[in-house]
Amino acid sequence: MKRLKVRQPKAMLKVIAILLPLLFNVSGLAAASTGQSSGISRESVTAPAVEGGQAAPAPLEEEKAGDVIMHHILNNNVYAFPPFGEVALPKIVVGGYDISVTKHVVMLWLVSATLLIVFSFVGGKYKKMTARQSPKGLANAMEALIEFVRLDVAKSNIGPGYEKHLPYLITVFMFILFCNLFGLIPYGSTATGNINVTLTLAVFTFFITQIAALKAHGVKGFLEHLTAGTHWALWIILVPIEIIGLFTKPFALTVRLFANMTAGHIIILSLIFISFILKSYVVAAAVSVPFAIFIYLLELFVAFLQAFIFTMLSALFIGLATAHAGHDEHEAEVAHH
Amino acid sequence: MLTSGIILLAGSLLSPEPGLIFWTTVTFFIVLLILKKIAWGPILTALEEREKGIQSAIDRAHQAKDESEAILRKNRELLSKADADADKIIREGKDYAEKLRADISAKAHEEANKMIAAAKDSIEQEKRRALDVLRNEVADLAVMGAEKIIKTALDADLQKKIVNSMIKDLSTKRN
Repeated sequence: MKRLKVRQPKAMLKVIAILLPLLFNVSGLAAASTGQSSGISRESVTAPAVEGGQAAPAPLEEEKAGDVIMHHILNNNVYAFPPFGEVALPKIVVGGYDISVTKHVVMLWLVSATLLIVFSFVGGKYKKMTARQSPKGLANAMEALIEFVRLDVAKSNIGPGYEKHLPYLITVFMFILFCNLFGLIPYGSTATGNINVTLTLAVFTFFITQIAALKAHGVKGFLEHLTAGTHWALWIILVPIEIIGLFTKPFALTVRLFANMTAGHIIILSLIFISFILKSYVVAAAVSVPFAIFIYLLELFVAFLQAFIFTMLSALFIGLATAHAGHDEHEAEVAHH
Repeated sequence: MLTSGIILLAGSLLSPEPGLIFWTTVTFFIVLLILKKIAWGPILTALEEREKGIQSAIDRAHQAKDESEAILRKNRELLSKADADADKIIREGKDYAEKLRADISAKAHEEANKMIAAAKDSIEQEKRRALDVLRNEVADLAVMGAEKIIKTALDADLQKKIVNSMIKDLSTKRN
């Protein structure tokens, strides 16, 4: 509770930090909105003229809003810090492949650096600790997350032999969580809001799942699984379905994480731009800011939720692939979740 | 509406970026390897050790509880057995005392009866002896009286008659 109370004013500060430069840019619009209200009162006299005058800049403004939103969300070769300037990122091309460092790569590296710093500290604490001591502070907080992934995600979904997959699951959880949270910091961008990042992570899960399945059932069992244990006459239908089924799982993981992270940011930015499109401080105070803050807090929750769901589903897929039970049971379990 | 349309039409949301895929793979893989070595290893070992420690502590506590319960049960059994023994001993003692009392009083009664009978016998004997003595004395007195009468006396035949009749009288009276 205490932590939450501290976080709320911080979140508000962040939203205000996002809003302030935008408000300054549009200070000129105040005059336009007063002109608009006076224009409505004189509607009967100069209606066509005023409508014509307002209709012209409106689409231009909206286009600008869309561009700004896209600019915030998409990857970029330039890291911009709006009122202060921007940093051009190096462009690297190796063997005809463009592997330049972009905004999202920078975010990935920031996240990685943070993860390494935090967990080298926490890991050091645990190395020094004996079994009779309890962790404190940061180590304790991280232990709660790790213990959650270990017991509620890995152990309950994979079952015996879950220890082997724990390092991947915990890393992917922390990686996604920190990416999501870093995207909520002003000037940060959400690397997990880029479909290429989520695709790569999902491919990791895909390979781990398939390798686990091969190890658990052998090549023969793996191929038998593709036939879904039916009569050979049905194989021509079922084998393609099963193969598609293999790929829909990572695809779902990819799109779920990407769409959730992108959507949240689009909603926040759109809510803010409502006040600019309507050119009203009242709308800004009554609609844009409160709703944006609400969505921002929701995004904090979603950051944890999506990291959990990605890890949870990865664990579930690994568990399904390694389970020794029949195929029908698999389907029932998938449907249940 | 228009804004969302523009976002969708821009299409760049779904555009592939091989460079980003490459960097994500490399970054994530390196982070995974390093974290596995420096963090997850020690943390997970510590967690497992703690889990095992807690489990063994719980097991030990259960074992101790079972043992103490067994001891308690045994104590109760012993106590109830001791109670039963004490009851039995007391009961036996009471019975014995009762029997003893009855025996003693019966014996005393018998003794008293015997003593009373003996006393009665000796009283009877004494009485008989006393009567015998008395009879002799009376006979002697009668002889002495007769002597005196005879000495002073009258006719010897007449005297003789009188004495005889008196003796007859005495003997009939006694019987």
